[in-house]
Amino acid sequence: MEWKNLLDIKSALVLQKKSEIKDLDVAFVEGAITSQKQEKKLLEIRKESKRLVAIGACACVGMPSSQRNLFDQMTREEIKNILIRFQYADKVKRLSEVVTVDDQVPGCPMDENIFLNVVNKYLKEFGII
Amino acid sequence: MHDLDLSLADISKIEGKAACNVKVRNGNVQDVKFSIAEYKRFYTQAIRGKDIIALPQLTARICGTCSNAHLLCALKAVENAIGLTPTEQTITLRKLLNYGLIIRDHALHLYVFVLPDLFGHDSILDFDEKIPEEHKLLDDTFSVKSVGNNLSKRVGGRSVHAPFLTVGGFTKLPTTQDLQKSIPELQAIREKILNLMEILAQKDKKLNRDDIVFAGLSDDEYSFLYGDLKRSDGETVPSEKYGEFLEHKAIPYSHASGYKFAGNVYMVGALARLNLAKEKLHPATQKSASKYLNLFPSTNIFHNNLAQAIEILHAIDSSIDIIKKFEVKEEKPVIAPRHEGTGIGVIEAPRGTLYYRLEVDNAGKIKSGQIVVPTGQNQIGIEGSISKFLNDNINNLEEKEKISLEIEKIVRAYDPCMSCASHFLKIKWM
Repeated sequence: MEWKNLLDIKSALVLQKKSEIKDLDVAFVEGAITSQKQEKKLLEIRKESKRLVAIGACACVGMPSSQRNLFDQMTREEIKNILIRFQYADKVKRLSEVVTVDDQVPGCPMDENIFLNVVNKYLKEFGII
Repeated sequence: MHDLDLSLADISKIEGKAACNVKVRNGNVQDVKFSIAEYKRFYTQAIRGKDIIALPQLTARICGTCSNAHLLCALKAVENAIGLTPTEQTITLRKLLNYGLIIRDHALHLYVFVLPDLFGHDSILDFDEKIPEEHKLLDDTFSVKSVGNNLSKRVGGRSVHAPFLTVGGFTKLPTTQDLQKSIPELQAIREKILNLMEILAQKDKKLNRDDIVFAGLSDDEYSFLYGDLKRSDGETVPSEKYGEFLEHKAIPYSHASGYKFAGNVYMVGALARLNLAKEKLHPATQKSASKYLNLFPSTNIFHNNLAQAIEILHAIDSSIDIIKKFEVKEEKPVIAPRHEGTGIGVIEAPRGTLYYRLEVDNAGKIKSGQIVVPTGQNQIGIEGSISKFLNDNINNLEEKEKISLEIEKIVRAYDPCMSCASHFLKIKWM
């Protein structure tokens, strides 16, 4: 609760409608990258953020979201139409395969203590506390 | 009379990504498309060849919110496939874990997603701490959620992706003493939930759907985990036959398929459960919430919110009862036999009926699986509700922003979960 007044949340669809991804101090990004559209969005977020933190296993290491990368030829054939229809990328990537990642909060679910440490670290780095 | 082309790309305050497109010409609603915009992770394919012991913890990753519902449903399907009967203690602990999930998951939806709409804010974080009512609700948001979290943590080791649950039982058991710590916490949030019910009853909106049926699993103690599938038109389907009644509907513009139930558009979730079985709620809940329970059965889809609040109270009262009578005894998980079989698991996840069907080979590996989640089942109904609202109101609404907000409120009332809906359902190409 004491964070409420320290943080200015610019974009978090799960919490609020208003969203402005511009000139951010820190971007926290969860999930793996499975389409070109997502890759483009991640590049835009990186461009607008001084620091970028990967949140959770999918963002940090790709799994389990990237399980389709390990499918055999027959299974690939089976899902091929869906990949084409919705313009999936050939391969699912973790964030660090697309952009520079400054910090990682691994785990599924993410490790809460590491997350708190990262938030505190950046609150200090940006002179907020 | 007016024209409108609305493309609502990112619906906010829901689980995951969804979109809605609307076309109006001369005041006539010509087209409404509600679509789920999450990409698939292909769980249907990925689970093949996985071991029965590993499967439940893997499919729990389908969802970060109701992961424990997936875990419980997968365990049930695996155990049914291999003919394993869990002990009474295991069943009781699973019920407790699930009540913790119901408290936390419904609270997240009601406080974080729904309440801002009722107080004219964009976000729960915009609530004004100088206004006593808003300050209290902000505090309640976190305290109610944490009581649910604590209960699930004490039982399963973590509130999300509980690590101690396995096929046949628990790899680590809670202590009686630790469980009892939840009793005063649960008692302390009762008053907060009654307050929440009053707010929802007073302030929530109205959108009646007299043209749909309601469906849900129901047993004598409203446990969410057992019983047969009931329908509001009087039909009852044994839960293991549920899959046979589901009619798959391809929705070409959505990442997830929709479903009909024996030809009908239907709704699953708290409203459906309460419409079908309010007399099975815990006696203390029935007593405290009697004023609100008189509103059910209801066809107002916004009553799904009030129904969730009532279910939180039921989860509180049921958990207190269980813990008071419960003494944890040392017990190892029942060893899982490995042989061929097919198992069905059906439970009521927070958002509605969740269905698993697994085929296992004689080495205990998954041959194939099918998973149907609540949001897939509600998808056609959500689109229909948006259409109904627009048809009834389009000539009174001018600003796009206002229309978007009203559409979002309808979607939020269903409490959909897009990450669940989009990751494994098979698309049939037209």
